[in-house]
Amino acid sequence: MSEKILEIKDLFVQYTAGKDIVRAVNGISLTLEQGESLGLVGETGAGKTTTALSIMRLIPHPPGKITGGEIRYRGENLMEKSEAEMRKIRGHEISMIFQDPMTALNPMLSVGDQIAEVVRLHQKISRADAMRKACEMMEIVGIEGGRANEYPHQFSGGMKQRIVIAIALACNPSLLIADEPTTALDVTIQAQVLELIEQLKQKFNTSLLLITHDLGVVAEVCSKVAIIYAGEIVEYGTLKHIYEHPSHPYTIGLFGSIPNLNETVHRLAPIPGLMPDPTKLPAGCAFAERCSEACEACTKSAAPYVEIEPGHMVRCIKFAGKEC
Amino acid sequence: MLRYIFKRILMMIPVMIGVTLITFSMMYFSPGEPADYILGELATEEDKALFNEQNGLNRPFLVRFVNYIVDAVQGDFGISYSTRQPVINEILASFPTTMKLSLYAEIFAVVLGITLGVISAVKQYSFIDNFTRILAMIGVSLPSFWEGLMLIILFSVVLGWLPPSGLTSWKHYILPAFTLSTWGLAACMRMTRSSMLEAIREDYVRTARAKGQTEFVVIMKHAFRNAVLPIITVAGTDFAKLLGGAAVIETVFSINGIGKLIVDAINTKNAPLVQGGILFVAVAMSLINLLIDLVYAFVDPRIRSQYSSGKRLKSKSGKKATVS
Repeated sequence: MSEKILEIKDLFVQYTAGKDIVRAVNGISLTLEQGESLGLVGETGAGKTTTALSIMRLIPHPPGKITGGEIRYRGENLMEKSEAEMRKIRGHEISMIFQDPMTALNPMLSVGDQIAEVVRLHQKISRADAMRKACEMMEIVGIEGGRANEYPHQFSGGMKQRIVIAIALACNPSLLIADEPTTALDVTIQAQVLELIEQLKQKFNTSLLLITHDLGVVAEVCSKVAIIYAGEIVEYGTLKHIYEHPSHPYTIGLFGSIPNLNETVHRLAPIPGLMPDPTKLPAGCAFAERCSEACEACTKSAAPYVEIEPGHMVRCIKFAGKEC
Repeated sequence: MLRYIFKRILMMIPVMIGVTLITFSMMYFSPGEPADYILGELATEEDKALFNEQNGLNRPFLVRFVNYIVDAVQGDFGISYSTRQPVINEILASFPTTMKLSLYAEIFAVVLGITLGVISAVKQYSFIDNFTRILAMIGVSLPSFWEGLMLIILFSVVLGWLPPSGLTSWKHYILPAFTLSTWGLAACMRMTRSSMLEAIREDYVRTARAKGQTEFVVIMKHAFRNAVLPIITVAGTDFAKLLGGAAVIETVFSINGIGKLIVDAINTKNAPLVQGGILFVAVAMSLINLLIDLVYAFVDPRIRSQYSSGKRLKSKSGKKATVS
C-alpha cells in the first residue's frame, strides 16, 4: 500500500456571523493515498470548499476558524505549521484549482507572469527561466506558449481554467485540490478540462481531491468518493461501492435526482427540503428532517459510522443494528 | 494611442471656447465699470471714455468676444488693466508658485493617504482603522480656510514655529501645503480603503495566497494594483482642483499664486486677467484629466487594449515588448 498523502481527522470549522456560529464542517475525516483521487460530493453549502481551504490553511480568519481536528500531510500536522512553513507548502506541495476561472486570475497581470510567480516562489530560478517554464506549462495545458504576455481578459473561460490549472501544477505538487473545476464551464469544455486534469494527474503522479456536486464528474475521474452533508461525511467508499450500492438515504436521494438514460422516468425524485441551517444544526442526524426513512431515534443522536463492506463506510442508523 | 491623445486634445477646443464664453459673459454683465476701479474716484467722465475707447470696451459684446478669441488663439490674452503688463506674463509668473505648492500638497496627500488607506483596509475594524477613519471624516468636512487660520494661530502665533505668510523658505511651504493637502489626503485614504477592501476579497487574491505568496506581496502586487484605478481618479481630480482652487488658501497665507491673482483681478474688475487666468486653469485641468486617462491605460491592460484594439493581431510580437 502506498503512502498516505493526506489524512484529515475529525476536522471542525466554524464561521462567526454576528452572534451566530455557522458550523460549516463538523468532524470530517478523510484519507487520501499517493496517486489516488477522491471525490468530495455534496450540495451547495455542505462544507466542501471550507474543507479544501482548511487543508491550504486559507480559511479567512476572521470570520472563519478551524476549531478542532488535525490535517496531516505526509504525516505532518499542518495545523502546527507556522505561516512561513505553510507558504512553502502552498503552491509547491499542495495546490488548489479554484471554482470560478473568470475571477481566479488577476486581470492586471499577464498570464505568463501569474504562472511564473508560483514557479519563482518555490524554485530558485531567474525571471527569464521562470517565464520559460510558464510558457512550457501553457503548452502542457494546451495553450500556445507565445500567448504568455497576454492578459486574462484575452482568454475564454475554458482557457482561463487551463491557466489556473497550469498555475496549480507548475511546481509539480503532490496533492491537487480541485474545487469544482468545471462548474463554471459549459459541458464540452468540462469534458476537456476533466480529461486534462486526468492526464496531468497521471503524468505528474499527483493525488487529487476533487470537490464537486456533479456525480457524473466524479464517476469520470475519481477512484474513491466521500458524500458530504451539512459538514459531515455520510458515506465513504470506492467508486464502485457508492455507485453500485449507494446506502445512505442521502446518497440514494442524490442518485434519484439524476435522469437515467436507460429508463423512461416522467418525474425525477428530488430530495425534498433544504439543508439544515448551519447555525442551528439538529442534535441527531442532520439529514433526518428530509429523510423518508427517518424515525424518532434519528433525531435524538447521531449515528456511528458502520463499515457495511470493506472500505465502505455509512453513517446511518439503519446500519447500526437498530430498528426504527 | 497617439491618435487618442490627439483626439482628446482636439476635444479640448470646444471646452475652452465654452469656458471663455462663460467667464467673458460674467465679466461683461457684472455690474461696475472697469474704468471706475482702475482710474479711481477722481477720474473724470472724459478720462473714463478715453480708457474705454483705448481698451475697446465700448464695442458690442459679440465683437469683443470674437476679437478676444482671435487674439487668444495667437497667444495674446490682452493687457492687465492694473499693471499694464501682458496677462500671459502675469499668469506665467504666478503659476509656478501654485504648481509647486499643489504638487507638494498632492504628493503628501497621496503618499500618506494611500498608506493609511491600505493599512486601514488590511486591518479592518482595528484601532488604527477606526482612528484613521475618524481623522478622514474630519479631513473631508473641515473648511480649508478655517483650518488654515487655526494652523496659523497654533503654529505661528502661539508656538511661533512656522511663518504665517509668504513663501520665501521651505518652512513657509509647510502650513499652506498641509492645509491644501487635507481634503485630498482624507479623500485618498477613504477611496484607498474602500477600494482595497473590495480587492482583498477577490478570488485572485486567494489564488495568490494559494501560490504561497507572502502577505505583503499579495496585498501590494495583487490587491493594490487592482484597487488603484479609483484612487488615481480621486488623486488626479484633487490635484486639478488644487491648481484652480488654491485661491482661498493662497489668500489666507498671502501667497502670490494664480488663485490669488484671479481673486484680486475679480475684485478690481480686471477682465483680461480674470479671463486669461481662468482659461489657463481650465487648460491645466483638462490636461490633468487627459493624463489621468492615460495613466489608466498604463495601469490596466484591459483599458490599454481598448486603445490599441485591431492593431494588436498584426504587430503581435512587436507590441508585446512595449506593453510589458
